[in-house]
Amino acid sequence: MTRWIGQNRGFAAALALFLALYLSYHLIHPRGFSTAVLVQNSNELVAIGFVAMAQTVPVLLGGLDLSVGAIMTLAACVASWLLDGSPVQIALGMIATLAVGAGFGLINGLIVVYGRLQPIIATLATGAIAIGLALLIRPNPGGTVDGDLNWALTNSIYDFAETYGIANGGEAAWLQPFINIPVPLILLFGTACLVWLPFKRTVTGRTIYAVGSAEGAAFASGLPIDRARIAAFTLAGFFAACGGLYLAIQTSTGNADVVQAGAYTLNSIAAVVLGGTALLGGTGGVIASILGAMILRAVSFYFRILDIDPLLQPLIEGIVLLAAVSAVAFRTFRVKNQLELFR
Amino acid sequence: MTALTQIRPADRPILIAFSFTILILLIGTAYTMSTTGTVPLLQPSYLMQQLQIGSFLGLCAAGMMLVILTGHIDLSVPWTLTSAAMIATSVGGPWAIPAGLSVGLCVGLVNGFGVSVLRVPAMIFTLGLDTVLRGLMVARTGGFAPQDQATPAMLYLAKSKLMGVPVALFVWIAVSLLVTFILTRTTFGRALYAIGTNERAAWLSGIRTRAVVTGAFVGSGLCAALAGVLLAGYSAKAYQGMGNSFLLPAIAAVVLGGTHILGGRGRYAGTFLGVVLIVLLNSVLSIMQMPEALRQIIYGTVIIGMLLIYGRGMRVSE
Repeated sequence: MTRWIGQNRGFAAALALFLALYLSYHLIHPRGFSTAVLVQNSNELVAIGFVAMAQTVPVLLGGLDLSVGAIMTLAACVASWLLDGSPVQIALGMIATLAVGAGFGLINGLIVVYGRLQPIIATLATGAIAIGLALLIRPNPGGTVDGDLNWALTNSIYDFAETYGIANGGEAAWLQPFINIPVPLILLFGTACLVWLPFKRTVTGRTIYAVGSAEGAAFASGLPIDRARIAAFTLAGFFAACGGLYLAIQTSTGNADVVQAGAYTLNSIAAVVLGGTALLGGTGGVIASILGAMILRAVSFYFRILDIDPLLQPLIEGIVLLAAVSAVAFRTFRVKNQLELFR
Repeated sequence: MTALTQIRPADRPILIAFSFTILILLIGTAYTMSTTGTVPLLQPSYLMQQLQIGSFLGLCAAGMMLVILTGHIDLSVPWTLTSAAMIATSVGGPWAIPAGLSVGLCVGLVNGFGVSVLRVPAMIFTLGLDTVLRGLMVARTGGFAPQDQATPAMLYLAKSKLMGVPVALFVWIAVSLLVTFILTRTTFGRALYAIGTNERAAWLSGIRTRAVVTGAFVGSGLCAALAGVLLAGYSAKAYQGMGNSFLLPAIAAVVLGGTHILGGRGRYAGTFLGVVLIVLLNSVLSIMQMPEALRQIIYGTVIIGMLLIYGRGMRVSE
């Protein structure tokens, strides 16, 4: 246990910070520790959580993807056309939405690898293209999303089972221990565990970490660095599309909002850093970034219950963010040989 | 293509950006000739007006370039610009412009401290400071556009003309000459390139890297603040979010001008041309009455396309 903390100091610190913030939030909240509050909070977490996951993968490479917010917006706009009709149509619509995101990520990867452009500037440009496409698809906010789907995915497991009549409409005995868990939380962590954790253990996945630590060494060891780069950006597109898909289901609309896309991209970088992933690459992980997103959200939850002047909220958010990222400065003051500061 | 290869590598981006600017002008002129039979794009008065609008972006890009040369990035430009404009209009009187510029100075010092002393990645520290500045301004103004008006001096700098040329253009050219001088003729300028190439080697050879990086951020803060003061003069007042549309075009202009995004390489003439290119591209697209969606797509495609011609890096970097 102590060894694990020593090896994952950033993750452990983020976890401690989140638990402290969130548990005391529930203690102060008049209806704390209830399913309703948990469901509401997790609904607000999903989109930024997915986008933070998306941002993590290129960051592990030592790159940065400035198009994740735009891909999320594009996916939400695509989804707002496709998530209605028979169950088969809805399922195909979901697959199509995720394919659009992954495809866009693949293009990012191809441009970065074969065009040999810096990821930060290439994705800045492709982000503009994604927003343009989203505006073409949805010039005005709107769209229809199946009502059952919206209700089932944004509530607790009991409501999910009741909506679709599974397990005796949620009354089955074996389901009882789980009925209070929010579905959005399961979607978020389920995707992370089913997609990221197996991927991380493949050669391609390990290569992403290797490229982030020492690209020259990874190349010299014969690791497939081109494949890892393309896979990383494709995966980023896929996770961003997951976020967009959920956003469309949650709001029942698609909205090509340029400002919102930019805000999601910037918040995703903040979440990645708060989760303890190094922006220089090589260390960290997707689960840690979800934790970072949870911290960001937990801070904003406080505004509702503490009766803080709404005009002061952006200021407090900014100060918390700045203070949290400046905490890495402790390392700077411990360093004995100044040369170590420069990488 | 053979002629291109004989040109020095540092000049290639500048030449390509220049020829692309001409190409945009030709396409725009061909369009207006075919639809209305006029050539507004080639009239000096129209070009002057476009460059006057472009000077705000040009100032932001000049500051951004100083920071990018050191291998960092300044994402606090939007709200540095807005804060400077708001402070300048609310102070008013003869001290309006110095007050606005001092906002930029303070932001630059804080950014420099965070990035060079605390060694927080610039990407996230400047972003955090941007959020704090936004918070301060929202708390101060209540989220509305402040009622204060721009002072006569600001109006003069931004709007009036001297010998038929907008004064804002003179300001931009003066800053451009200053930045060119700093980059090519001073030790500070050379140190910016040295740090961007290899910070460790720069530090070992006696360059005070902390001071130089802080200086770059101060330069960026001052330029953004000056742009804010001018923009407030141009629109006669400051308003929320007035700087939001300057960040990404400023970065794009610097990179299109051939400055390497990881620092160490680039010339100011390129950045200048990059700004002209982006401004003209925008104005041609708006003459063609291109819908916003297609504008974004063309904008992104142009950046990718131009960088594919000359911005390609090494296959494997160390």
